[in-house]
Amino acid sequence: MAEPYKIVIGLEVHVQLLTKTKLFCSCPNKFGLPPNSAVCPVCLGLPGSLPVMNRQAFDLALKAALALNCQIASHADQKPGFTKWDRKNYYYPDLPKNYQISQYDLPFSHDGFLDINVHPDPKKGYTAKKVGIIRAHLEEDAGKNIHDESGRGGDTRVDLNRTGTPLLEIVSHPDMNSPEEAIAYLEEIRLMLRELGVSDCEMQEGSLRCDANVNVHIPKADEPKGYAATPLVEIKNLNSFRSVGRAITYEAKRQYEQFQKDPVGYRIDKLLKTTAGWDDPRGRTEVQRHKEEAADYRYFPEPDLVPVIVTKEQLDAVKATMGELPQAQRQRLQTQYGLSPSDAEVFVAKGRKTVAYLEEVAKIVGDGKAAANRISDLVFPALNERKEEIDEFPVTAAAYADFVKQTGSLNKQDRVDVFKIVLEKGVSVEDAKTAAGIKAVDESALRESAKAAIAANAKAVADFKAGKDSAKMAIVGFVMKNNKGAPNDVVRKLVDEELAKV
Amino acid sequence: MSLTLDEVRKVAKLARLEMSDADLATMQKQLSAILDYVDQLGQLNTDGVEPLAHPLPVANVFREDVIGTCLTPDEALANAPNRLADFFGVPAVFDTDEPVSH
Ligand SMILES: [Zn+2]
Repeated sequence: MAEPYKIVIGLEVHVQLLTKTKLFCSCPNKFGLPPNSAVCPVCLGLPGSLPVMNRQAFDLALKAALALNCQIASHADQKPGFTKWDRKNYYYPDLPKNYQISQYDLPFSHDGFLDINVHPDPKKGYTAKKVGIIRAHLEEDAGKNIHDESGRGGDTRVDLNRTGTPLLEIVSHPDMNSPEEAIAYLEEIRLMLRELGVSDCEMQEGSLRCDANVNVHIPKADEPKGYAATPLVEIKNLNSFRSVGRAITYEAKRQYEQFQKDPVGYRIDKLLKTTAGWDDPRGRTEVQRHKEEAADYRYFPEPDLVPVIVTKEQLDAVKATMGELPQAQRQRLQTQYGLSPSDAEVFVAKGRKTVAYLEEVAKIVGDGKAAANRISDLVFPALNERKEEIDEFPVTAAAYADFVKQTGSLNKQDRVDVFKIVLEKGVSVEDAKTAAGIKAVDESALRESAKAAIAANAKAVADFKAGKDSAKMAIVGFVMKNNKGAPNDVVRKLVDEELAKV
Repeated sequence: MSLTLDEVRKVAKLARLEMSDADLATMQKQLSAILDYVDQLGQLNTDGVEPLAHPLPVANVFREDVIGTCLTPDEALANAPNRLADFFGVPAVFDTDEPVSH
């Protein structure tokens, strides 16, 4: 760590759930509809209307909580599985009821953790770090205020389509210590929740929102804890993973400088938590004025909703639909197929469909590592170029496995050429080889040639047997000279096999 | 149980209600009376009584995730004191002290 301080980060993440309807009414939960067209008396907060919980929203939230290794509503003095909702009271134009239905003291899930990758080069390896999850709870979203941008102080326009759509709030412990760790946490949450179908987690569209609680610990031998801690700042208005990283770096440095100026007063026990907005174009946080008192939301139990008691059956049913989580998948690809940690990471990060493609190719080819290499060589670049997802790709896993088997003896350039023809013309591998001008390799003839080369190069064979590995290349070269254009990797393989027999 | 004037002022501010000093004094009296009335519950012995989160012995009421009928924008905006195209119009919000998301 280059800085003279330790950064401490806790993240509060909101994700929109992929339901068809809102959390407490049957209005559509859909982005981009005409203003105020997806509203009803319930989400407008009209008198006499009553909320009823969306089962799918609750099940999706449960799925996410289980994936985050959370306890499900295990609260002291309550029945196992007992959870309820509360009113969080505040006044803002995008909140027509003047309260948000949220969860206060008995959230449906709590005390979990998420493993994140803190390897110095996350594309090359995997080093796990546990980030504690304090709680995850289910609440409703607010509407949208569109402010007058003219500067003339015109009225704010309010669209209530988003009001009452389901949100899952996930609160972490302050267990992250660098911008990279915060981003790794967000990436893992996004991968997991997308794969589970809980949320599409698009930060630009607001289906994943993140507030970062940041402060710094400055080592000081004469402090009771061995360090001095600066006051907490909650950074809002973060609209990309990159801005999360930049904002944390900026804010930590700002706090350290503030502490240098006022080492007695700028302390966590002297000042309340403040809120700051991230100004992305300017690259800085704008700390809003310090509050004299903590926010007062006057929570009380929501009388219009009945509690939920999660049963073991309900939990089992949700668990049965979860499938394999990314972390388990990384492990399995390594143990079952011998993939390197970095290869496993590449495939898992691309999602379940890509992993399924890999596994099908591996099964047919009979070699997981080779399957992974061949897919990385040809399929990934092709997908990139064609801007396609794996399930839109015209070459199915079975067809690609067939391609791998039929082109094992080709050199890399020939393989690239043949695949291009297969992909563009949709012809068989055999026809593509012909079209590329590649003659079939007669392996038995090459093997005879390898045997002859071994017989003719007694000294090289003796050197090789004495442990001089490079002597083998003389024999391979001999075979290549007599068989112009033969695939080098096949010749090597045959020479290896024949040398083993000597 | 009596509320102080400052407490009444704070509750009024949280509710975004503007009140004259005379109104605050009236509210102080009335709110204190309500609290006193509810406070009678404190006289009951509740040892061994399970805490209640809801008055009805009902739990797990769900609805299926099926789209129903909405209001039209005209219906939704029918009672709006200030309609701007298909939006509710409200005076510009300047209070930066107010959190953006909750
Ligand atoms: Zn509605």
